[in-house]
Amino acid sequence: MDISRRTVYISQWFMVQRGEKGMWDYTDKVLDHFRNPRNVGTLKDPDGVGEVGSMACGDALKLVFKLDKRGRIADVKFQTFGCASAIASSSALTEMIKGLTLEEAEKVTNQDIANFLGGLPEQKMHCSVMGREALEVAIANYRTGKTSKKILEGKVVCHCFGVTEDEIVRVVRENRLTTVEQVTNYCKAGGGCGKCRGEIEAIITRIRGEEPAAAVAPQSCPRLTTLQKIRLIEETMEKEIRPALKKDGGDIELMDVVDNRVVVALRGMCANCQVAQFTLKDVVEAKLREFVAPNLVVEEAHP
Amino acid sequence: MRTVYLDNNATTQPAPEVIEAMLPFFTELWGNPSSMHVFGGQVRRHVELARAQVAELIGADPSEILFTSCGTESDNMAIRGAVEAASPPVNVITTRVEHPAVLEPCRMLKERGVPVIELEVDDKGQIRLDDLRLALSRGRAVVSLMWANNETGVIFPMAEATELVKASGGIMHTDAIQAAGKLPIDVRRLPVDLLSLSGHKLHAPKGIGVLFIRRGTRIRPLLLGGHQENGKRGGTENVPYIVGLGHACELAARALGDEMTRVATLRDRLQAGIQAACPDVRLNGDEAQRLPNTLNISFQYIEGESILYHLSDCGIAASSGSACTSGSLEPSHVIRAMGVPFMAAHGSIRFSLSRYNTAADIEYVLKNLPPIIKKLRAISPFAAP
Repeated sequence: MDISRRTVYISQWFMVQRGEKGMWDYTDKVLDHFRNPRNVGTLKDPDGVGEVGSMACGDALKLVFKLDKRGRIADVKFQTFGCASAIASSSALTEMIKGLTLEEAEKVTNQDIANFLGGLPEQKMHCSVMGREALEVAIANYRTGKTSKKILEGKVVCHCFGVTEDEIVRVVRENRLTTVEQVTNYCKAGGGCGKCRGEIEAIITRIRGEEPAAAVAPQSCPRLTTLQKIRLIEETMEKEIRPALKKDGGDIELMDVVDNRVVVALRGMCANCQVAQFTLKDVVEAKLREFVAPNLVVEEAHP
Repeated sequence: MRTVYLDNNATTQPAPEVIEAMLPFFTELWGNPSSMHVFGGQVRRHVELARAQVAELIGADPSEILFTSCGTESDNMAIRGAVEAASPPVNVITTRVEHPAVLEPCRMLKERGVPVIELEVDDKGQIRLDDLRLALSRGRAVVSLMWANNETGVIFPMAEATELVKASGGIMHTDAIQAAGKLPIDVRRLPVDLLSLSGHKLHAPKGIGVLFIRRGTRIRPLLLGGHQENGKRGGTENVPYIVGLGHACELAARALGDEMTRVATLRDRLQAGIQAACPDVRLNGDEAQRLPNTLNISFQYIEGESILYHLSDCGIAASSGSACTSGSLEPSHVIRAMGVPFMAAHGSIRFSLSRYNTAADIEYVLKNLPPIIKKLRAISPFAAP
């Protein structure tokens, strides 16, 4: 295989892997929930209503739920004004909280919503935060009967987007944010005129100072038992990886899973392919990291 | 799947004739046009032919055409070059709806102490000549006004504005990047001093631009380090792209009459079709003074990025002034400067046509767009039930 042939081959792989995704690098799950949103609509006589965001901000979400006799969320619906990831985050949230008690639902964080979707682009994390906030307001509405509009408590830091100090503190703590830019991505604060950026910086410094050094650890991965992990790896290979390889007359076999190492063997055309290393890292590993756990490393079995 | 490209204000498909004309300059004719030998000499002739072809499109003398790397470079050089060359110091006047390639250099000059005035626009995106008059009364100025707006297609009153600027002794630059190839341009009748063009907006490839510099205009170079382009821009000429741009300008000149009328008819059909099929839409811009290829329209209650993704699923390419598509949090500065309410700004979509579009393209969009709008409105909390 000469160099030019190889280049064409790699670019075809990129098209298979990245094709038709458009402007943002959304995961397939984000696009699926955007194209086929679950639980759209409203409910008659809902037990809780949560409305957050505004049209000025460019996204808004109205979440309603009804409880069953045992206090579990029996039905939940949403309406969203916003971009693809805002619609997908809302849809994901409704799927995640169905059947939970309010105490359980309260524990859902914006990171959980992002993880459910296989991740969100950093600049779109505020969509997951909007989901968590709507849920919080809806639960508060059920408990206190207070108006469902988001009640601004505490001092407003960002006047362009109406973000309070409490909200900034919360996204910084929950997502271990370290820069003003991240705070903007997560809750929009600082993304307008920029006058409050100094104040946000001060909040970050204060919170970082409170925490022991060990707390600034990398994001924890969703915990899976070894058996769950292997099942998920097999499922991902079957659905996400094998069909692409088979188009080129290749195949893949799972040999072993040791901690975060996934040992595989390439078969058929792939076995002798010049770009097998590329396939392993940029296709197999990328897919497994997206759908199973972000710390997985793929290795080729030695014959 | 059928694909319909309606994002020609972002970039255009390179004309096949243009690419064909460029190819020999990658293979046999690779000489340096500055060289004395035959390798260079034959290439130089083609560069000069292209210069004449570009000059012809805008009614300039070939010696007034300077090749740059892109429209952004042309805009930067015009504004920074004219301000730096001016003595005594001058003011800068521009508008709030210019392309960032104009706004950013103006803001940089402002930080360095140059007085900069940004003119407001009305709800149709038009400047008021009285505002310009007032700004000019504050002293001699370098004025940069776009001929036509990239987002809304709004055409500024160039003849009247240029007359005011020249009567005040000012220097007039126009960013004609969106106007070229869509509107007739004749610098013999319009006394602008500087005018920017970009190749990839008129079916040449990316990576080539032009700055028209009227003879006698004082301007400081941006790139130093060579005698090329009469000492006004150092750097070996990008020969294949210069040749391509020359051909593209010749084709554009030919398409100006009947072809642009046909494009305008298609655009009008698209607009009428959308207005008939979708309630609660809002036209952005000035219908009476608008590029023949551009339609900027807001769909109330829904957000632009969602619309674009669904259109893209149908093979239709357009763009949006919504915040989400740019990765920023604020919607388009052009749409906001016109006072368009936030919701309409977030739901604004720009369709921009070219001479390669057909009536079937437009019918395809009119078939696929209304269900998308309906679907997204069914999800929106703001839409009427």
